[in-house]
Amino acid sequence: MRTICFYFQVHQPFRLKPYRFFDIGEDHHYWDDFSNRSIMRKVAQKCYLPMNALLLDLIHKYNGGFKVSFSISGTFMDQMQAYAPDVLESFQKLVATGHVELLNETFSHSLASLKSKDEFKNLVYQHQSKIKELFNGYTPKVFRNTELIYSDQIGAMVAELGYDGMLTEGAKHILGWKSPNYVYVNSIEPKLKVLLKNFRLSDDIAFRFGNKAWDDFPLTTDKFVNWINAIPKEEETLNLFMDYETFGEHQWAETGIFEFMRSLPDAVFSKTDFGFSTPSEVISKIPPVGKIHVPIPISWADEERDLTAWLGNDLQDEAFDRLYDLEKLVNTIDDDEIKRDWKYLQTSDHFYYMCTKFFSDGDIHSYFSPYDSPYDAFINYMNVLSDFMIRLKEKSSLVSV
Amino acid sequence: MRVLMFGWEFPPHISGGLGTACYGLVKGLTHHNQDIIFVVPKLWGDEEPMADFVNASDVSIDYREKKFKSIWKNLTYLEVSSFLVPYLGPEEYKKFTDYAIHDRTDVDESIFSTKYEFSGKYGKNLMEEVSRYALTGAQIARDRSDFEIIHAHDWLSFPAGIAAKEISGKPLVAHVHATEFDRSGETVNQVVYDIERAGMHAADHVVAVSQLTRNTIIKKYGVPANKVSVLHNAVLDASIIQSNFQKKVPEKIVTFLGRITFQKGPEYFVEAAKKVIDRDPNVRFVMAGSGDLLNRMIDRVAELRIATKFNFTGFLKGKDVDHMYAISDVYVMPSVSEPFGISPLEAVRHNTPVIISKQSGVAEVLTNAIKIDFWDIDAMADAIFALLHYNGISRMFKELGSEELKKLKWEHVAAKLVTVYEKTLSQKS
Repeated sequence: MRTICFYFQVHQPFRLKPYRFFDIGEDHHYWDDFSNRSIMRKVAQKCYLPMNALLLDLIHKYNGGFKVSFSISGTFMDQMQAYAPDVLESFQKLVATGHVELLNETFSHSLASLKSKDEFKNLVYQHQSKIKELFNGYTPKVFRNTELIYSDQIGAMVAELGYDGMLTEGAKHILGWKSPNYVYVNSIEPKLKVLLKNFRLSDDIAFRFGNKAWDDFPLTTDKFVNWINAIPKEEETLNLFMDYETFGEHQWAETGIFEFMRSLPDAVFSKTDFGFSTPSEVISKIPPVGKIHVPIPISWADEERDLTAWLGNDLQDEAFDRLYDLEKLVNTIDDDEIKRDWKYLQTSDHFYYMCTKFFSDGDIHSYFSPYDSPYDAFINYMNVLSDFMIRLKEKSSLVSV
Repeated sequence: MRVLMFGWEFPPHISGGLGTACYGLVKGLTHHNQDIIFVVPKLWGDEEPMADFVNASDVSIDYREKKFKSIWKNLTYLEVSSFLVPYLGPEEYKKFTDYAIHDRTDVDESIFSTKYEFSGKYGKNLMEEVSRYALTGAQIARDRSDFEIIHAHDWLSFPAGIAAKEISGKPLVAHVHATEFDRSGETVNQVVYDIERAGMHAADHVVAVSQLTRNTIIKKYGVPANKVSVLHNAVLDASIIQSNFQKKVPEKIVTFLGRITFQKGPEYFVEAAKKVIDRDPNVRFVMAGSGDLLNRMIDRVAELRIATKFNFTGFLKGKDVDHMYAISDVYVMPSVSEPFGISPLEAVRHNTPVIISKQSGVAEVLTNAIKIDFWDIDAMADAIFALLHYNGISRMFKELGSEELKKLKWEHVAAKLVTVYEKTLSQKS
């Protein structure tokens, strides 16, 4: 059976409010409640609510023949509970159909996998229990790391946690002549199956769909189905991985993205020999073809498909290292607010805002950043971190007394 | 004595230290019963009525006056198509010019009208305003014969001073608050330098705000040493400021406050901070202000891995400036070249001990401060460490510094200035 595997990433960070030097030591609330709420509400109207309704229709229409998977970050789930119970309800309805798979990630969409195994596990378990809590005891079997970050080591770590499969980017530089349209296994722990994103066809929808300068604009379902049919017969799975905000937010409704998605299943069923599966189904049905070797971490971001969107410049490395210096101390303190802030401060978006790759992918970066410059982002983050450190010291001195 | 004085700004509408210094000086002169005719490009109407203010924007120019034509001829070299703004670094300057080129309306029409509306700012038509201000100076000098001496502050008003001298034949005192070398290092703007030089040479006497500036005037502008006097700046209010503002962080605070530009030496502060932080965990450095080197400083702080102990506040104004001084345990001014530098005196008013570079004019008047070469980051680190840990010195600085401050009065400066006026007049006659 040949199959399309849709996976959508659903995430919003807790953005920091403008936090001044004079606030250090005094103001312990870091989060921009107003913009976090208003962005959530805005995207709910443009994307989450209409797209969830559309997917629910499609699932009913094809009676389970159409299916998708989501990874919903823990910060997103917290925000749904606080700002968008209507969105939460619509996701719960989707999951209740039995044709929607939920994936596990780190609670706070963090980069912990690159720094601390303990903290990584911690955040994975927290995400797991949050999913259980909100989705009627649901337990995910497949893992996807923040921004599809993956390496042999990270895969082995995920296998150790008991997952059957993991998603990552079908990066050119790791695949070489190989195709992303097969199931692979981790090179250290072969029991962990690895699904690779077909970035060409995924990005045709996620990035190029509404681009009028693109040679293939406008993208119709006929055209897309022709490309699917051009995939060699022996290649069995087409992994279309993308941000959920593609629908209605990155690609506005006016581009026709909703209509495209509404008619895509029909076109696939009538004109191809493909069906739809969730990641768990893919890895249980399709036998793996071999190991995939990823000695250095990859991600799905930017042209380089590496980590440089979050780490690598001095600002990012300083912020990241100073944050994780605190891990041990945080673990000695039993305080809900400290634990919450520690989680939220780990969200990868904070480091993304500090990226200085202005010239190639800077446009995308600045679109997603609430700051005027990476320097502003850094100053604000470090001011907050300075205060967080003062709080930790105060609390830990209480513990030791 | 009646003095015709040309400035560029006057409180409350000021953007730099020049206006404040003019205010102090005028206040001091009125204390000694001197009459001042103070000309500014633009009057706002809320200036304190301590002088006979003349709004250059209200002065009509009579082009029938033949002498004006020769003045104008000498001024035409100002009509360069560069948009020169003082006190901006190259990056800010570039942003500014990009904006100004699109925005510029034509010049010549308005400059030859009988009246001209000055902005009085450091705006896009600065050169045009400087030229026109000179013509206004000539007109005022012709209209009013009730003054004995002319006094012009900094290069912006030097052409006006020169023109007034040519029309009236009265002696000119050129007052140098900053030179192009302070603002730009060795890459000076030639047009500004030429105006500065012309002003100093046309003047009968030159006044510098420090010995440091006097040396620059003699060495770099070729003015004879016997023609240049030093008049240090003073403070308007020497009282100690008791702030209720409380520090919220547990660490001791070491502060840099000022424009983050080449002239102020911010990079030496960062390097010294690294040395102190390595030795002492209980200290927090703050760089307050903005400027074209800000991002480079942030990069360096991140690179040195000291960002949890080194904060940036961005540009501060109003109360925040006072708060910053109030919570500081040490104030550092590592200026590479500072004609005077009033901010350490503000720190002293807040009972904060100061470290200042030897390359600043204020080092000549403030005894109770640690003085270091701006480039000597080891000495700077030592001094910071000492002031943080050896309470004896900082306590002494607090007590003696505030005593010293009381002696820095504008009346004293003005008294010396009157002597300069008298000497200049006697030499002329």
